[in-house]
Amino acid sequence: MKNFLYKIALFLSLTFLTSCNDLVLLNPKGIIAEQQTNLLIVSVLLMLIIVLPTIFISLYFAWKYNAKRKEEYDPTFHDSTKIEIVCWGVPTLIIIVLAIITWITSHSLDPYKEIDSAKNEPIEIQAIALDWKWLFIYPEQKIATVNWLQIPVDTPVNFKITADAPMNSFWIPALAGQIYAMPGMQTKLHIMSDAPGDYLGRSSNYSGFGFSGMKFNTRVSSEQEFNDWIKEVKNSGGKLYWEEYSRLVEKTKDHPVEYFKMVEPHLYHKIMDKFMNPNFGKNGHNNKHLNH
Amino acid sequence: MEYFFGKLTFNDLAFTHDPIILGATIFMVLGALAIGGGLTYFKKWGYLWYEWVTTVDHKRIGVMYIIVALIMFVRGFADALLMRSHQAIAAASESGLGYLPPEHYDQIFTAHGVIMIFFVAMPFMFGLLNIIVPLQIGARDVAFPYLNSLSFWLFAFSAILINISLVIGEFAATGWLAYPPLSGLEYSPGVGVDYYLWSLQISGLGSLLSGVNFFVTIIKMRCPGMTLMKMPIFTWTALCAMILVVATFPILTATLAMLLFDRLFEMKFFTSSFGGNQMMYINLIWAWGHPEVYILILPAFGIFSEVTATFAKKRLFGYTGMVWATASITLASTVVWLHHFFTMGSGANVNAFFGITTMIIAIPTGVKIFNWLFTMYKGRVTYDSPMLWTVGFLVLFAVGGMTGVLMSVPAVDFQLHNSLFLIAHFHNTIIGGAVFGYFAGMYFWFPKVFGFKLNEKLAKLSFYCWTIGFIVAFIPVYIAGLNGATRRISQFTGEEVGLYSVELITAFVGSLTIGAGVLFLVLSIVVAVINRNKKEYTENANDPWDGRTLEWSTSSPPPFYNFAKIPEVQEIDDYWEQKYGRKYRKDTNYEDIHMPKNTSVGFIISLFSLGFGFAMVWHIWWLAAATFLAMIGSWVFRAMDHDIDYYVKKEEVEKIESGK
Repeated sequence: MKNFLYKIALFLSLTFLTSCNDLVLLNPKGIIAEQQTNLLIVSVLLMLIIVLPTIFISLYFAWKYNAKRKEEYDPTFHDSTKIEIVCWGVPTLIIIVLAIITWITSHSLDPYKEIDSAKNEPIEIQAIALDWKWLFIYPEQKIATVNWLQIPVDTPVNFKITADAPMNSFWIPALAGQIYAMPGMQTKLHIMSDAPGDYLGRSSNYSGFGFSGMKFNTRVSSEQEFNDWIKEVKNSGGKLYWEEYSRLVEKTKDHPVEYFKMVEPHLYHKIMDKFMNPNFGKNGHNNKHLNH
Repeated sequence: MEYFFGKLTFNDLAFTHDPIILGATIFMVLGALAIGGGLTYFKKWGYLWYEWVTTVDHKRIGVMYIIVALIMFVRGFADALLMRSHQAIAAASESGLGYLPPEHYDQIFTAHGVIMIFFVAMPFMFGLLNIIVPLQIGARDVAFPYLNSLSFWLFAFSAILINISLVIGEFAATGWLAYPPLSGLEYSPGVGVDYYLWSLQISGLGSLLSGVNFFVTIIKMRCPGMTLMKMPIFTWTALCAMILVVATFPILTATLAMLLFDRLFEMKFFTSSFGGNQMMYINLIWAWGHPEVYILILPAFGIFSEVTATFAKKRLFGYTGMVWATASITLASTVVWLHHFFTMGSGANVNAFFGITTMIIAIPTGVKIFNWLFTMYKGRVTYDSPMLWTVGFLVLFAVGGMTGVLMSVPAVDFQLHNSLFLIAHFHNTIIGGAVFGYFAGMYFWFPKVFGFKLNEKLAKLSFYCWTIGFIVAFIPVYIAGLNGATRRISQFTGEEVGLYSVELITAFVGSLTIGAGVLFLVLSIVVAVINRNKKEYTENANDPWDGRTLEWSTSSPPPFYNFAKIPEVQEIDDYWEQKYGRKYRKDTNYEDIHMPKNTSVGFIISLFSLGFGFAMVWHIWWLAAATFLAMIGSWVFRAMDHDIDYYVKKEEVEKIESGK
């Protein structure tokens, strides 16, 4: 019987572990996400040092001192300096260790920090959250895409992020943690992937009725494939000038992938600056004022 | 027409074009008719008005708080079931669409959050405080009884306002904290956000007034001998929670007022253009929002302390440590709010600082848990339902606390923020912590208030359903979060078709199990009320659990003046000492008792506040002006009324006391 239960437990934990292996946050594909996953696991293990005994003691005491069992009863026992020192001391020690780890990793994994350990030169991509799709501008390649992100493997990617919509959050869980995308402001994120493949990216901050569809595919490919893809984009699609952008910025749900073979220079900055424009209409999307 | 009705038109009657809302409307109308008809049939309108509506008795106000909280809980829970069933269907189907359109679903998750925090947890907490704090400190009422009535009615009418949004117009579809610019005029031109803002402003005013009231009550009205370090722990946690209410609710009021100004007068506090700063809203709202969760959880900690000591038949282990732990949590809870937006790009130093302050809270919280464990150690633990909720809490909260500390590490939070992992975490702490605590408190103190116990068998069934249901409902949500599932998604299309189906179907099954728990909870009340005169329910009702603190020293239900003689306290857990230590003898040398008179002004002002809120939502200016003046007028009228108190004569006290 015992053997049988043991087998069941083993089976269940193995299924659990293998299913965990499929979870995107435990199965990272980028160097930032890898470090974040390691940090997650280390933090959990560190806390389990105290959490597991606590759960065990809770259940053990609850069972052992059940009145029915008539265990030792000592109502005068309600103070003990020794126990109190342990109660305050052990959590304090664990938190000190975790705090040191926190301080170090907050700096080493700062999303604004550039990835400098790579052999390839970084590329820059400007990500703009719209209602309800993502616009990606590749300023060096002078192309743009909607809801499709393609990046070369082993190459640092420097994202500059803003929004022309309510607040969103830019998140590719397989590659790195998220950062908010806010209108009139810029945030930054740096990622690098070491594993070619397709990864889901999405907004994680609720931004309205089309929010569910506000996601994009991230394709990590070889340098060669990436360059081929750039050529493909340059041979297809329209041009993204302000007029076209004003059409794009209108609310759409589940927007299909779109390519633009050419982008107006400094479009990204123009989008951010639009919120500083004194003629900015009170109805927000009145982009005509800026159509110069 | 526009002059008379503002923006309100016939088309805004939501039930005219949505079958689900039509159903809810019919349900609400039938409910109101049934209650109204019942009251008329049994000729209870007068009883309701004189004994309940105009009462300033803290016990009755507390009972009304909890009744409204439970009713609103049913609504909030119905929202939860709608979401869980929708997500399960959406996650499992080929199309990934589910049965609710986003326009409806997004209102539901907003309403669920707002209702559960502001209209369930807060009133439940205030209800328990109302009932118990004055009794625990040996007082006859709160410091400001009329203000207390006003607080309750402001809350009750704001709850009505939020329910009106279901029927007339719409509710906000912004998430429960209504981040701008989404909640601004530009992206949410409808009345939904206005309903949100006005119902929260009115209930928030009630909360703030209650905070002031209980702070003063605890500081000034403790009975002779009860120094701060002899106060029951529940009162201590109540005091700390009230300090947080007084310190932080003004921030909420100011922040929401600025958003209101943005919407009403097109001001630019939080807009994305013209130098408005949306990040400032998030900063301010969380400067209230984080202390708020401690406002909810601290009194629950207090309840667990009372319950553990009572059911282990042992004084609370480390009373002094417990007080200091509570105080340090109070202090620390005000310097951690930034962990709600590590992902806004504040920079490594700022994030690390707030991450570390957050994890520091785990230390006093851990101390509390150990103190409860060592209270059980060498105790004689009996398992009536309040103790079951406590043990369930100890286990669940350990997990919830761990995932919380995990997310306080900024670099980890970048991956978990806004994910379903976060959703599972805060449900873990709020259900496993606050809600379990309130239920423990309800089962623990119910006999004190009504003179009979709730049905223990059904209560225990409810506990098991809640605990198992919680695990089944939220462990999969943790796992889905680790798989990159984001909160507030209603449709799983494209790459996400079927991706979370196992997790979300399991979660739905869990929510149904919790539903069974809710049902048993309601039944445990209903069955007890039906059998309230039977011996097994009324046995030892004055002190059914062999209590330790002053609330058990008076009769159940207590006389309206609580204590015929104001008690004197010498020890922590003084009533226990009176019973088993120094053998207290009843003092029958009664005196006249000074009591407040009932008043309807609180009810009337709040009724006008409902009209004012509704008028402001719909821009019906004449009504807004009229109701506002009426509120001020009623307030002035009351301020000039000096006939507000009376004396219960010594002879009558003798008669009441000997009648028992």
